[in-house]
Amino acid sequence: MAQPKLSLRGVCKRFGRKVVLDGLDLDIMAGESVVIIGGSGTGKSVMLKCVLGLLQPDAGDIFVDGEEITRLKGHEREKMLRRFGMLFQGGALFDSIRVWRNVAFGLISAQGMKRKDARRHADEILAKVGLGPEVGDLSPAELSGGMRKRVALARAIATNPEILFFDEPTTGLDPIMADVINELIVERVRDLGATALTITHDMASARKVADRIGMLYGGKIIWIGPAADIERSGNPYVDQFIHGRAEGPISMDVQRL
Amino acid sequence: MTTIPNPAANIGRATLGFLADVGRLAVFLARSVGAIFSPPFYFGNQLRQMLSVGYYSLPVVGLTALFTGAVLAQQIYIGTGRFDAESTVPTIVVFGITRELGPVIASLMVAGRVSAAMAAELGTMRVTEQIDALTTLATNPFRYLIAPRILAATLMMPLLVLISDIIGVMGGWLLSTTVLNYNSIGYLQRSLDFMETWDVVSGLIKAGIFGFILSLMGCYQGFNSSGGAQGVGRATTNAVVSASILILAANYAVTSIVFTD
Repeated sequence: MAQPKLSLRGVCKRFGRKVVLDGLDLDIMAGESVVIIGGSGTGKSVMLKCVLGLLQPDAGDIFVDGEEITRLKGHEREKMLRRFGMLFQGGALFDSIRVWRNVAFGLISAQGMKRKDARRHADEILAKVGLGPEVGDLSPAELSGGMRKRVALARAIATNPEILFFDEPTTGLDPIMADVINELIVERVRDLGATALTITHDMASARKVADRIGMLYGGKIIWIGPAADIERSGNPYVDQFIHGRAEGPISMDVQRL
Repeated sequence: MTTIPNPAANIGRATLGFLADVGRLAVFLARSVGAIFSPPFYFGNQLRQMLSVGYYSLPVVGLTALFTGAVLAQQIYIGTGRFDAESTVPTIVVFGITRELGPVIASLMVAGRVSAAMAAELGTMRVTEQIDALTTLATNPFRYLIAPRILAATLMMPLLVLISDIIGVMGGWLLSTTVLNYNSIGYLQRSLDFMETWDVVSGLIKAGIFGFILSLMGCYQGFNSSGGAQGVGRATTNAVVSASILILAANYAVTSIVFTD
Protein backbone atom coordinates (compact mmCIF):
# COMPACT_ATOMS: atom_id res chain seq x y z
CA MET A 1 0.00 0.00 0.00
CA ALA A 2 1.25 3.45 -0.86
CA GLN A 3 2.41 5.69 1.95
CA PRO A 4 -0.15 8.30 3.05
CA LYS A 5 0.78 11.96 2.65
CA LEU A 6 -0.64 12.80 6.04
CA SER A 7 -1.38 10.31 8.74
CA LEU A 8 -2.80 10.70 12.25
CA ARG A 9 -2.47 7.77 14.65
CA GLY A 10 -4.30 7.60 17.95
CA VAL A 11 -4.31 11.36 18.48
CA CYS A 12 -5.78 12.39 21.84
CA LYS A 13 -6.41 15.87 23.12
CA ARG A 14 -8.29 16.98 26.17
CA PHE A 15 -8.95 20.37 27.73
CA GLY A 16 -9.33 20.00 31.46
CA ARG A 17 -11.85 17.18 31.88
CA LYS A 18 -13.32 17.55 28.41
CA VAL A 19 -11.96 14.92 26.03
CA VAL A 20 -12.03 16.38 22.52
CA LEU A 21 -9.99 13.92 20.46
CA ASP A 22 -10.03 10.34 21.69
CA GLY A 23 -7.60 8.23 19.70
CA LEU A 24 -8.29 9.71 16.26
CA ASP A 25 -6.92 7.83 13.21
CA LEU A 26 -6.91 9.35 9.72
CA ASP A 27 -4.91 8.70 6.53
CA ILE A 28 -4.89 11.04 3.57
CA MET A 29 -3.17 10.01 0.34
CA ALA A 30 -1.15 12.39 -1.81
CA GLY A 31 -3.31 14.52 -4.10
CA GLU A 32 -6.49 13.49 -2.38
CA SER A 33 -9.15 15.87 -1.06
CA VAL A 34 -10.69 14.72 2.20
CA VAL A 35 -13.53 16.50 3.95
CA ILE A 36 -14.23 15.89 7.61
CA ILE A 37 -17.77 16.74 8.69
CA GLY A 38 -19.04 16.98 12.22
CA GLY A 39 -21.06 19.20 14.52
CA SER A 40 -19.82 22.37 16.14
CA GLY A 41 -17.45 21.72 18.99
CA THR A 42 -16.63 18.13 18.01
CA GLY A 43 -12.93 18.90 17.70
CA LYS A 44 -12.53 19.42 13.95
CA SER A 45 -10.45 22.57 14.42
CA VAL A 46 -8.51 20.97 17.26
CA MET A 47 -7.51 18.18 14.87
CA LEU A 48 -6.08 20.67 12.35
CA LYS A 49 -4.33 22.62 15.09
CA CYS A 50 -2.69 19.46 16.42
CA VAL A 51 -1.25 18.72 12.97
CA LEU A 52 0.06 22.27 12.60
CA GLY A 53 1.57 22.23 16.09
CA LEU A 54 -0.63 25.09 17.31
CA LEU A 55 -1.82 22.61 19.94
CA GLN A 56 0.25 19.78 21.34
CA PRO A 57 -1.63 16.45 21.34
CA ASP A 58 -1.65 14.60 24.69
CA ALA A 59 -1.01 11.28 22.96
CA GLY A 60 -0.67 9.87 19.46
CA ASP A 61 1.55 10.53 16.46
CA ILE A 62 1.25 12.58 13.31
CA PHE A 63 3.22 11.75 10.15
CA VAL A 64 3.86 13.64 6.92
CA ASP A 65 5.28 11.41 4.16
CA GLY A 66 6.00 8.83 6.85
CA GLU A 67 8.08 11.26 8.88
CA GLU A 68 6.94 11.95 12.42
CA ILE A 69 6.22 15.63 13.05
CA THR A 70 4.24 15.53 16.27
CA ARG A 71 6.87 17.01 18.56
CA LEU A 72 8.93 19.18 16.21
CA LYS A 73 10.07 22.51 17.65
CA GLY A 74 11.67 25.75 16.49
CA HIS A 75 13.30 25.75 13.08
CA GLU A 76 12.35 22.15 12.34
CA ARG A 77 8.71 23.02 12.93
CA GLU A 78 8.98 26.14 10.76
CA LYS A 79 10.55 24.15 7.94
CA MET A 80 7.73 21.62 8.13
CA LEU A 81 5.06 24.38 8.27
CA ARG A 82 6.31 25.77 4.95
CA ARG A 83 4.84 22.67 3.32
CA PHE A 84 1.37 23.58 4.66
CA GLY A 85 -1.16 26.24 3.77
CA MET A 86 -4.12 27.01 5.98
CA LEU A 87 -7.33 28.91 5.34
CA PHE A 88 -8.68 30.06 8.70
CA GLN A 89 -12.38 30.24 9.39
CA GLY A 90 -12.53 34.02 9.87
CA GLY A 91 -9.75 34.60 7.35
CA ALA A 92 -7.31 35.67 10.09
CA LEU A 93 -5.91 38.34 7.76
CA PHE A 94 -3.34 40.62 9.40
CA ASP A 95 -5.24 43.89 9.68
CA SER A 96 -2.18 46.05 10.23
CA ILE A 97 -0.84 45.41 6.71
CA ARG A 98 -2.37 45.76 3.25
CA VAL A 99 -4.00 42.92 1.34
CA TRP A 100 -1.06 42.29 -1.02
CA ARG A 101 1.37 42.08 1.92
CA ASN A 102 -0.98 39.56 3.52
CA VAL A 103 -0.97 37.44 0.37
CA ALA A 104 2.80 37.70 0.00
CA PHE A 105 3.52 37.24 3.71
CA GLY A 106 4.85 33.70 3.41
CA LEU A 107 6.91 34.66 0.35
CA ILE A 108 8.56 37.65 2.05
CA SER A 109 8.88 36.35 5.57
CA ALA A 110 9.65 32.68 5.06
CA GLN A 111 11.27 32.68 1.61
CA GLY A 112 12.94 36.09 1.76
CA MET A 113 11.51 37.31 -1.56
CA LYS A 114 12.17 40.94 -2.53
CA ARG A 115 9.29 43.37 -2.05
CA LYS A 116 8.90 44.20 -5.74
CA ASP A 117 8.82 40.55 -6.84
CA ALA A 118 6.48 39.73 -3.97
CA ARG A 119 4.04 42.41 -5.10
CA ARG A 120 3.99 41.01 -8.63
CA HIS A 121 3.48 37.49 -7.27
CA ALA A 122 0.70 38.70 -4.97
CA ASP A 123 -1.13 40.26 -7.93
CA GLU A 124 -0.85 37.00 -9.88
CA ILE A 125 -2.22 34.99 -6.98
CA LEU A 126 -5.03 37.50 -6.38
CA ALA A 127 -5.96 37.08 -10.03
CA LYS A 128 -6.18 33.30 -9.49
CA VAL A 129 -8.87 33.85 -6.86
CA GLY A 130 -10.68 36.33 -9.10
CA LEU A 131 -9.51 39.59 -7.54
CA GLY A 132 -7.92 42.52 -9.38
CA PRO A 133 -4.57 44.05 -8.43
CA GLU A 134 -6.35 47.12 -7.04
CA VAL A 135 -7.63 44.94 -4.18
CA GLY A 136 -4.01 44.49 -3.12
CA ASP A 137 -3.82 48.09 -1.99
CA LEU A 138 -6.84 47.86 0.30
CA SER A 139 -6.67 47.21 4.00
CA PRO A 140 -8.30 43.94 5.18
CA ALA A 141 -10.89 45.94 7.12
CA GLU A 142 -12.25 47.29 3.82
CA LEU A 143 -13.07 43.84 2.41
CA SER A 144 -16.48 42.13 2.30
CA GLY A 145 -16.90 38.62 3.73
CA GLY A 146 -16.51 36.88 0.37
CA MET A 147 -13.47 38.94 -0.53
CA ARG A 148 -11.86 38.17 2.84
CA LYS A 149 -12.21 34.45 2.16
CA ARG A 150 -10.70 34.85 -1.29
CA VAL A 151 -7.75 36.82 0.05
CA ALA A 152 -7.28 34.25 2.80
CA LEU A 153 -7.36 31.51 0.15
CA ALA A 154 -4.81 33.45 -1.88
CA ARG A 155 -2.53 33.72 1.15
CA ALA A 156 -2.87 30.00 1.85
CA ILE A 157 -1.87 28.98 -1.69
CA ALA A 158 0.77 31.69 -2.25
CA THR A 159 3.76 29.55 -1.27
CA ASN A 160 2.64 26.53 -3.36
CA PRO A 161 2.15 24.29 -0.32
CA GLU A 162 1.93 20.50 -0.62
CA ILE A 163 -0.86 20.21 1.94
CA LEU A 164 -3.78 22.62 2.28
CA PHE A 165 -6.15 22.89 5.24
CA PHE A 166 -9.50 24.62 4.99
CA ASP A 167 -11.30 25.45 8.21
CA GLU A 168 -15.01 26.03 7.51
CA PRO A 169 -14.34 27.73 4.15
CA THR A 170 -17.98 28.62 3.48
CA THR A 171 -19.21 29.63 6.93
CA GLY A 172 -20.82 33.06 6.97
CA LEU A 173 -21.21 33.31 3.19
CA ASP A 174 -24.38 33.40 1.12
CA PRO A 175 -25.01 30.16 -0.88
CA ILE A 176 -23.82 31.63 -4.17
CA MET A 177 -20.60 33.04 -2.74
CA ALA A 178 -20.11 29.76 -0.87
CA ASP A 179 -20.30 27.90 -4.18
CA VAL A 180 -17.83 30.32 -5.76
CA ILE A 181 -15.37 29.66 -2.91
CA ASN A 182 -15.91 25.90 -3.23
CA GLU A 183 -15.13 26.03 -6.93
CA LEU A 184 -12.04 28.11 -6.27
CA ILE A 185 -10.86 25.58 -3.72
CA VAL A 186 -11.37 22.67 -6.14
CA GLU A 187 -9.60 24.55 -8.95
CA ARG A 188 -6.66 25.75 -6.86
CA VAL A 189 -6.08 22.41 -5.18
CA ARG A 190 -6.12 20.63 -8.54
CA ASP A 191 -3.87 23.31 -10.00
CA LEU A 192 -1.29 22.87 -7.21
CA GLY A 193 -1.66 19.09 -7.13
CA ALA A 194 -1.93 19.53 -3.40
CA THR A 195 -3.37 17.27 -0.76
CA ALA A 196 -6.36 18.92 0.90
CA LEU A 197 -8.11 18.48 4.20
CA THR A 198 -11.29 20.49 4.70
CA ILE A 199 -13.43 20.61 7.81
CA THR A 200 -16.96 21.85 7.51
CA HIS A 201 -20.54 21.30 8.56
CA ASP A 202 -21.83 22.54 5.24
CA MET A 203 -22.87 19.42 3.29
CA ALA A 204 -23.10 21.24 -0.05
CA SER A 205 -19.49 22.28 0.37
CA ALA A 206 -18.42 18.79 1.45
CA ARG A 207 -20.01 17.13 -1.62
CA LYS A 208 -18.41 19.67 -3.93
CA VAL A 209 -14.80 19.51 -2.77
CA ALA A 210 -14.41 15.98 -1.40
CA ASP A 211 -12.95 12.82 -2.91
CA ARG A 212 -13.63 11.15 0.43
CA ILE A 213 -15.80 12.29 3.31
CA GLY A 214 -15.28 11.32 6.94
CA MET A 215 -17.31 12.09 9.99
CA LEU A 216 -15.84 13.09 13.33
CA TYR A 217 -17.91 12.23 16.36
CA GLY A 218 -16.94 11.52 19.97
CA GLY A 219 -13.29 12.28 19.26
CA LYS A 220 -12.95 9.63 16.53
CA ILE A 221 -13.56 9.28 12.80
CA ILE A 222 -16.67 7.09 12.96
CA TRP A 223 -17.11 6.68 9.21
CA ILE A 224 -15.05 7.50 6.15
CA GLY A 225 -15.70 6.64 2.52
CA PRO A 226 -15.96 7.95 -1.04
CA ALA A 227 -18.01 11.14 -1.31
CA ALA A 228 -20.57 9.41 -3.54
CA ASP A 229 -21.29 6.80 -0.85
CA ILE A 230 -22.23 9.27 1.85
CA GLU A 231 -25.97 8.77 1.20
CA ARG A 232 -25.55 5.01 1.62
CA SER A 233 -23.17 4.99 4.56
CA GLY A 234 -25.45 2.78 6.63
CA ASN A 235 -24.23 4.72 9.62
CA PRO A 236 -27.08 6.24 11.67
CA TYR A 237 -24.85 9.09 12.94
CA VAL A 238 -23.83 10.07 9.41
CA ASP A 239 -27.44 9.78 8.20
CA GLN A 240 -28.68 12.05 10.96
CA PHE A 241 -25.97 14.62 10.28
CA ILE A 242 -26.24 14.84 6.50
CA HIS A 243 -30.03 15.12 6.65
CA GLY A 244 -29.91 17.59 9.52
CA ARG A 245 -32.38 15.79 11.78
CA ALA A 246 -32.82 16.75 15.40
CA GLU A 247 -33.91 13.16 16.20
CA GLY A 248 -31.36 10.38 16.12
CA PRO A 249 -28.39 8.84 17.91
CA ILE A 250 -26.59 12.21 18.18
CA SER A 251 -28.14 14.07 21.07
CA MET A 252 -27.56 17.78 21.21
CA ASP A 253 -27.01 19.01 24.72
CA VAL A 254 -29.85 21.47 24.52
CA GLN A 255 -31.94 22.09 27.57
CA ARG A 256 -35.63 21.86 26.75
CA LEU A 257 -37.81 24.33 28.57
CA MET B 1 -25.10 16.90 51.77
CA THR B 2 -23.89 20.45 51.54
CA THR B 3 -20.17 20.94 51.20
CA ILE B 4 -18.56 23.17 53.74
CA PRO B 5 -15.99 25.48 52.13
CA ASN B 6 -12.56 24.42 53.26
CA PRO B 7 -10.38 27.49 53.86
CA ALA B 8 -7.18 25.47 53.58
CA ALA B 9 -8.25 24.20 50.14
CA ASN B 10 -8.99 27.74 49.02
CA ILE B 11 -5.58 28.97 50.15
CA GLY B 12 -3.99 26.02 48.38
CA ARG B 13 -5.91 26.68 45.18
CA ALA B 14 -5.01 30.37 45.21
CA THR B 15 -1.34 29.58 45.85
CA LEU B 16 -1.19 27.02 43.04
CA GLY B 17 -2.94 29.43 40.69
CA PHE B 18 -0.47 32.16 41.57
CA LEU B 19 2.53 29.89 41.09
CA ALA B 20 1.17 28.71 37.73
CA ASP B 21 0.85 32.34 36.63
CA VAL B 22 4.39 33.13 37.75
CA GLY B 23 5.65 30.08 35.86
CA ARG B 24 3.77 31.03 32.68
CA LEU B 25 5.11 34.57 32.89
CA ALA B 26 8.66 33.28 33.40
CA VAL B 27 8.41 31.07 30.29
CA PHE B 28 6.97 33.97 28.32
CA LEU B 29 9.78 36.22 29.55
CA ALA B 30 12.47 33.71 28.57
CA ARG B 31 10.99 33.22 25.07
CA SER B 32 10.65 37.00 24.57
CA VAL B 33 14.22 37.75 25.60
CA GLY B 34 15.43 34.85 23.46
CA ALA B 35 13.55 36.31 20.49
CA ILE B 36 15.12 39.75 21.00
CA PHE B 37 18.59 38.28 20.52
CA SER B 38 17.99 35.74 17.75
CA PRO B 39 17.43 36.48 14.05
CA PRO B 40 15.48 37.08 11.88
CA PHE B 41 14.89 40.65 13.05
CA TYR B 42 11.95 42.62 11.73
CA PHE B 43 13.26 46.16 11.37
CA GLY B 44 10.04 47.59 9.96
CA ASN B 45 8.07 46.38 12.99
CA GLN B 46 10.84 47.61 15.28
CA LEU B 47 10.71 51.11 13.84
CA ARG B 48 6.92 51.24 13.97
CA GLN B 49 6.91 50.22 17.63
CA MET B 50 9.62 52.74 18.52
CA LEU B 51 7.54 55.47 16.92
CA SER B 52 4.42 54.37 18.73
CA VAL B 53 6.08 54.06 22.15
CA GLY B 54 8.48 56.98 21.91
CA TYR B 55 7.25 59.68 19.59
CA TYR B 56 3.52 59.33 20.11
CA SER B 57 3.87 59.26 23.90
CA LEU B 58 5.68 62.61 23.94
CA PRO B 59 2.63 64.90 24.39
CA VAL B 60 1.21 62.84 27.26
CA VAL B 61 4.55 62.49 29.03
CA GLY B 62 5.50 66.14 28.44
CA LEU B 63 2.25 67.50 29.85
CA THR B 64 2.36 65.32 32.96
CA ALA B 65 6.00 66.28 33.55
CA LEU B 66 5.19 69.97 33.23
CA PHE B 67 2.39 69.86 35.80
CA THR B 68 4.31 67.57 38.13
CA GLY B 69 7.35 69.86 38.15
CA ALA B 70 5.19 72.91 38.79
CA VAL B 71 3.21 71.41 41.65
CA LEU B 72 6.39 69.97 43.14
CA ALA B 73 7.98 73.43 43.25
CA GLN B 74 4.82 74.85 44.82
CA GLN B 75 4.70 72.23 47.59
CA ILE B 76 8.42 72.32 48.33
CA TYR B 77 8.17 76.11 48.56
CA ILE B 78 5.46 75.78 51.21
CA GLY B 79 7.34 73.03 53.07
CA THR B 80 10.75 74.67 53.09
CA GLY B 81 9.15 78.03 53.96
CA ARG B 82 8.35 76.63 57.39
CA PHE B 83 12.06 76.70 58.28
CA ASP B 84 13.16 79.52 56.01
CA ALA B 85 14.88 77.28 53.46
CA GLU B 86 13.05 78.42 50.31
CA SER B 87 16.38 78.74 48.54
CA THR B 88 16.57 74.92 48.34
CA VAL B 89 13.46 74.66 46.09
CA PRO B 90 15.38 74.33 42.78
CA THR B 91 17.74 71.71 44.19
CA ILE B 92 14.95 69.56 45.60
CA VAL B 93 12.84 69.85 42.45
CA VAL B 94 15.71 68.58 40.32
CA PHE B 95 16.44 65.79 42.79
CA GLY B 96 12.80 64.69 43.03
CA ILE B 97 12.15 64.84 39.29
CA THR B 98 15.27 63.10 38.04
CA ARG B 99 15.44 60.35 40.64
CA GLU B 100 11.78 59.54 41.22
CA LEU B 101 8.91 61.43 39.67
CA GLY B 102 10.31 61.69 36.16
CA PRO B 103 10.72 57.96 35.58
CA VAL B 104 7.77 56.79 37.69
CA ILE B 105 5.08 59.16 36.45
CA ALA B 106 6.21 58.93 32.82
CA SER B 107 6.19 55.12 33.05
CA LEU B 108 2.73 55.05 34.61
CA MET B 109 1.40 57.28 31.84
CA VAL B 110 3.05 55.18 29.15
CA ALA B 111 1.72 52.02 30.84
CA GLY B 112 -1.78 53.43 30.45
CA ARG B 113 -1.17 54.20 26.80
CA VAL B 114 1.20 51.58 25.50
CA SER B 115 0.54 48.49 27.66
CA ALA B 116 -3.15 48.88 26.96
CA ALA B 117 -2.58 49.28 23.23
CA MET B 118 -0.27 46.26 23.09
CA ALA B 119 -2.69 44.08 25.06
CA ALA B 120 -5.65 45.14 22.93
CA GLU B 121 -3.85 44.66 19.62
CA LEU B 122 -2.24 41.31 20.46
CA GLY B 123 -5.44 40.17 22.18
CA THR B 124 -7.48 40.90 19.06
CA MET B 125 -4.88 39.11 16.95
CA ARG B 126 -5.12 36.13 19.29
CA VAL B 127 -8.92 35.82 19.27
CA THR B 128 -9.16 36.33 15.49
CA GLU B 129 -6.53 33.58 14.97
CA GLN B 130 -4.02 36.02 13.44
CA ILE B 131 -1.30 34.75 15.79
CA ASP B 132 -2.05 31.16 14.72
CA ALA B 133 -1.96 32.31 11.09
CA LEU B 134 1.45 33.87 11.68
CA THR B 135 2.74 30.58 13.05
CA THR B 136 1.38 28.59 10.11
CA LEU B 137 3.14 31.02 7.77
CA ALA B 138 6.38 29.79 9.40
CA THR B 139 6.92 33.04 11.30
CA ASN B 140 7.70 32.98 15.00
CA PRO B 141 5.23 35.35 16.71
CA PHE B 142 7.72 36.04 19.49
CA ARG B 143 10.21 37.41 16.97
CA TYR B 144 7.66 39.14 14.77
CA LEU B 145 5.34 40.63 17.40
CA ILE B 146 6.76 40.48 20.92
CA ALA B 147 10.48 41.22 20.56
CA PRO B 148 10.04 44.51 18.64
CA ARG B 149 7.55 45.77 21.22
CA ILE B 150 9.63 44.95 24.28
CA LEU B 151 12.83 46.22 22.73
CA ALA B 152 11.14 49.45 21.62
CA ALA B 153 9.74 50.19 25.08
CA THR B 154 13.02 49.35 26.84
CA LEU B 155 15.01 51.62 24.52
CA MET B 156 12.53 54.48 24.21
CA MET B 157 11.56 54.91 27.86
CA PRO B 158 14.96 56.35 28.92
CA LEU B 159 14.77 58.83 26.05
CA LEU B 160 11.23 59.81 26.99
CA VAL B 161 12.22 60.20 30.64
CA LEU B 162 15.21 62.36 29.73
CA ILE B 163 12.85 64.72 27.92
CA SER B 164 10.36 64.46 30.76
CA ASP B 165 13.11 65.35 33.28
CA ILE B 166 13.92 68.50 31.35
CA ILE B 167 10.27 69.51 30.97
CA GLY B 168 9.60 68.72 34.65
CA VAL B 169 12.45 70.91 35.86
CA MET B 170 11.29 73.65 33.52
CA GLY B 171 7.78 73.28 34.98
CA GLY B 172 9.24 73.98 38.42
CA TRP B 173 11.21 76.89 37.03
CA LEU B 174 8.16 78.32 35.26
CA LEU B 175 6.06 78.31 38.42
CA SER B 176 8.88 79.56 40.64
CA THR B 177 9.78 82.50 38.43
CA THR B 178 6.23 83.57 37.57
CA VAL B 179 4.26 82.86 40.75
CA LEU B 180 6.87 82.63 43.50
CA ASN B 181 9.07 85.53 42.35
CA TYR B 182 12.35 83.61 42.09
CA ASN B 183 15.11 85.10 39.98
CA SER B 184 15.24 83.19 36.72
CA ILE B 185 19.01 82.89 36.32
CA GLY B 186 19.54 82.26 40.03
CA TYR B 187 16.96 79.46 39.98
CA LEU B 188 18.55 77.67 37.04
CA GLN B 189 22.00 78.15 38.53
CA ARG B 190 20.93 76.55 41.81
CA SER B 191 19.20 73.74 39.90
CA LEU B 192 22.49 72.76 38.33
CA ASP B 193 24.79 73.49 41.30
CA PHE B 194 23.86 70.43 43.36
CA MET B 195 22.76 68.10 40.57
CA GLU B 196 24.87 64.99 40.09
CA THR B 197 25.10 62.95 36.92
CA TRP B 198 24.06 59.87 38.88
CA ASP B 199 20.69 61.47 39.75
CA VAL B 200 19.81 61.57 36.08
CA VAL B 201 21.46 58.30 35.07
CA SER B 202 19.84 56.26 37.83
CA GLY B 203 16.47 57.63 36.75
CA LEU B 204 17.14 56.67 33.14
CA ILE B 205 18.15 53.15 34.13
CA LYS B 206 14.92 52.86 36.07
CA ALA B 207 13.06 54.09 32.99
CA GLY B 208 14.56 51.28 30.94
CA ILE B 209 13.47 48.73 33.53
CA PHE B 210 9.96 50.20 33.67
CA GLY B 211 9.75 50.20 29.86
CA PHE B 212 10.63 46.52 29.86
CA ILE B 213 8.01 45.77 32.52
CA LEU B 214 5.17 47.71 30.92
CA SER B 215 5.71 46.19 27.47
CA LEU B 216 6.15 42.70 28.91
CA MET B 217 2.82 42.95 30.75
CA GLY B 218 1.04 44.37 27.71
CA CYS B 219 2.38 41.61 25.47
CA TYR B 220 1.86 38.80 27.98
CA GLN B 221 -1.74 39.69 28.71
CA GLY B 222 -2.61 40.26 25.06
CA PHE B 223 -0.81 37.17 23.77
CA ASN B 224 -2.60 34.92 26.27
CA SER B 225 -6.05 36.45 26.04
CA SER B 226 -9.04 34.29 25.19
CA GLY B 227 -12.78 34.52 24.95
CA GLY B 228 -13.62 37.16 22.38
CA ALA B 229 -14.21 40.86 22.94
CA GLN B 230 -14.69 40.40 26.67
CA GLY B 231 -11.37 38.56 26.94
CA VAL B 232 -9.57 41.33 25.10
CA GLY B 233 -11.10 43.89 27.45
CA ARG B 234 -9.98 41.86 30.43
CA ALA B 235 -6.48 41.51 29.00
CA THR B 236 -6.24 45.27 28.51
CA THR B 237 -7.33 46.03 32.06
CA ASN B 238 -5.00 43.40 33.51
CA ALA B 239 -2.10 44.73 31.46
CA VAL B 240 -2.45 48.28 32.77
CA VAL B 241 -3.10 47.27 36.37
CA SER B 242 -0.31 44.71 36.57
CA ALA B 243 2.15 46.96 34.75
CA SER B 244 1.40 49.86 37.12
CA ILE B 245 1.74 47.77 40.27
CA LEU B 246 4.91 46.08 39.05
CA ILE B 247 6.44 49.43 38.09
CA LEU B 248 5.83 50.81 41.59
CA ALA B 249 7.09 47.64 43.27
CA ALA B 250 10.16 47.46 41.04
CA ASN B 251 10.81 51.14 41.71
CA TYR B 252 10.90 50.47 45.43
CA ALA B 253 13.06 47.36 45.04
CA VAL B 254 15.56 48.97 42.69
CA THR B 255 15.80 52.18 44.72
CA SER B 256 16.26 50.48 48.06
CA ILE B 257 18.64 47.77 46.86
CA VAL B 258 20.66 49.18 43.97
CA PHE B 259 20.44 52.95 44.02
CA THR B 260 21.14 53.59 47.68
CA ASP B 261 23.65 56.37 47.11
